Amino acid sequence: MQRIGVFVCHCGTNIAGTVDVKAVADALGKENGVVYSTDYTYMCSASGQQLISDAIKEKNLTGVVVCSCSPRMHEKTFRTCAERAGINPYMLEIANIREQDSWICKDMPTATEKAIALGKAAVAKVTLNTPLTAGEAPVTKRALVIGGGIAGIQTALDIAEAGFPVDIVETKPTIGGKMAQLDKTFPTLDCAACILTPRMVECGQNDNIRILSYSDVTDIKGFVGNFTVTIKRKARYVDETKCTGCGECTEKCPQKAVPNEFNLGLNNRRAIYIPFAQAVPKIATIDPNYCMKLKSGKCGVCSMVCQAKAIDYNAKDIYIEEKYGAIIAATGYNPIDLSKFDEFAYSQSKDVVSSLEFERLMNAAGPTGGALLRPSDGKPPKTIVFVQCVGSRCSADAVKGHEYCSKICCMYTAKHAILTRDHYPDTDCYVFYIDVRTPGKNFDEFYRRAVEQYGVHYIKGMVGKVTPQGDGTLDVQGSDLIMDKQVHIKADMVVLAASIEADKTARPLATMLTASMDTNDFFTEAHPKLRPVESPTAGVYLSGCCQGPKDIPDTVAQASAAAAKVIGLLVKDKLRNNPCVAESNEEMCNGCSQCENVCPYGAITYIEKDFRGPNRTTITRRVAQVNPAVCQGCGACTVTCPSGAMDLKGFTNKEIMAEVDAICR
Amino acid sequence: MLQSELNKIRDDILSISGVNPRKCMCCGKCSGTCPSYDEMEYHPHEFVHMVETGDIEALLSTKSIYKCLSCFACIERCPRQVEPAKLVEAVRMVVERQRGPQHLEAENVPEQLDDDMPQQAVVSAFRKYRK
Repeated sequence: MQRIGVFVCHCGTNIAGTVDVKAVADALGKENGVVYSTDYTYMCSASGQQLISDAIKEKNLTGVVVCSCSPRMHEKTFRTCAERAGINPYMLEIANIREQDSWICKDMPTATEKAIALGKAAVAKVTLNTPLTAGEAPVTKRALVIGGGIAGIQTALDIAEAGFPVDIVETKPTIGGKMAQLDKTFPTLDCAACILTPRMVECGQNDNIRILSYSDVTDIKGFVGNFTVTIKRKARYVDETKCTGCGECTEKCPQKAVPNEFNLGLNNRRAIYIPFAQAVPKIATIDPNYCMKLKSGKCGVCSMVCQAKAIDYNAKDIYIEEKYGAIIAATGYNPIDLSKFDEFAYSQSKDVVSSLEFERLMNAAGPTGGALLRPSDGKPPKTIVFVQCVGSRCSADAVKGHEYCSKICCMYTAKHAILTRDHYPDTDCYVFYIDVRTPGKNFDEFYRRAVEQYGVHYIKGMVGKVTPQGDGTLDVQGSDLIMDKQVHIKADMVVLAASIEADKTARPLATMLTASMDTNDFFTEAHPKLRPVESPTAGVYLSGCCQGPKDIPDTVAQASAAAAKVIGLLVKDKLRNNPCVAESNEEMCNGCSQCENVCPYGAITYIEKDFRGPNRTTITRRVAQVNPAVCQGCGACTVTCPSGAMDLKGFTNKEIMAEVDAICR
Repeated sequence: MLQSELNKIRDDILSISGVNPRKCMCCGKCSGTCPSYDEMEYHPHEFVHMVETGDIEALLSTKSIYKCLSCFACIERCPRQVEPAKLVEAVRMVVERQRGPQHLEAENVPEQLDDDMPQQAVVSAFRKYRK
């Protein structure tokens, strides 16, 4: 027979304000098996824990029920306290009488009645609880970073510097991501490439970092400390070990009409290409959609000019399998598809560009060599209109756009306007804004400089319509809410601050990782305030814009924070498992395989096992076996099993039924 | 007009239009897109704001309600699905309902005519407002 102690917490007035805690302690004290019952102002305080600890020793308690806040808050606190006092931590249960009771009930009699019911259920469960012991699993001391932008680069460098090997998987031929495409960075106006490329080179040279560029993650199995990941190494048609990156092939290739994605299609590249001069790894890649040799068999120029003999037209996609202890998602963002917002004439005029395209038009390595020229006729623009919040801050029921603020547009638009006015003082810049949002170090000062020092015209209002005119200009019609009038601006260029959205690969990746996402396809953090760089899925960490819109400093801060968390995991030799895992009763298992099918972790296998039959015979039956190191205790198998053979330790069917019975009694 | 009457009219406008003016984030895109802007005394974003703040009397007496072309550009482009044109239409309906079905007098017609008005419009107006 269990000897159970009940401890009712007041939580100041959080609980005691609505629940008659003395009455709860009295009522639960009369339950079967309860030998001690008391209440206290703050059970989680040191003196509260001492009270529990002393009671366990003095009253020889075998089980404990704490009526307090959600187990998410203090289950760990109280279980550690119980363990120190000498009983198994899994012999302690929490009755949540705060979130599920005092905070939602208005009157004291109802709240007290419910608290007693919840307490009785917990007592009933502890009565049936058995001690559980956690097993241990080894940790693979290597990390995988998915995405090679500034987030992935920073995370990988930090982990590598701590001495652990890291792989970066990047879908493009080079790492660098969006930051490599940027011209300058706000608010300091230092050159993005100048601060990024040294980091890229470091990644390439660090012995602990392996860059798997032009590769995709296709499958992820396992669990924290022991992930098995399948990586598709897409065929480059160039031998990575031989290519020297001399670039001879990219100059001789006769296929010249391939839109250059690095410059967002503003100019062309060849079918064999190196995305940009500082690419890491600096290896050529053949684009199979345009290469004439691969499409029709006629050509082969690159193979002829290659001194290193690196070209291999017969290359195939290769799948490799690797083991990792931790995975960091750093899949980044993309601008929203602007063809959905055709009131701004993005698809009708070449001179209506996205902000990212504008970055390339300003950049010395861009399609215009750094001279700001109109894409349509190559003439310098004299009037530029910037439109903010294109696709951001739309209502949830809007047919297009996102509900969130993209966070970075106000600042990069101020940057664009400042740079334009600095390089071309006779070019007028107008910015249509709904609100100017500049929370950040030196951010508002920067925006004010755009207005006061550079004379950028900020107009409070939104553009309703952009109409291309016969003379090549653009009629920008919008409101000026402060002047209370509708304005028309004859512009040479229009720059749209396109909303940023999660990369398309993030959703399938989240499915593979069993990591949760919000409705905008941003990864959800384990706790929005206290665990911002971890996914709720153990062993999965978040870095950069895959978790939400952010600028470069925020991204780098989060990337390093994620790296610190990963290092904290990888330094451990063994991980303590969750002992609340599934267990199959072989006598009852009918071998139907349903549990194996629903298990998201691949923890269940079937074996043929001999059982003793009647009259000394042997019967061979197919039965389920759970690998406790892989099982995460989700309980899907227990509800699927038609014969009731599967049970979850710590949450057995019997225990849960006892809780229900106690409430219904 | 009594405040209670105005409140009733405001409720009518909201229920006829189905618009929730509180969804507006005051970006001004509706007025930025309105082709009839220069003809109007109160502009689409002002309709939203005036209904929300209860400035109803001014709306009932403004000619702007007849200047809206019902092109629905503001509805199409509003990022927050506020649908200002539905509000304008609702104000127009409230005004027409107050005037009743018998308000068109033959002797008042000549002064309202202009050269561009088709004959058909005068005939339809009599069918509609003189029963």
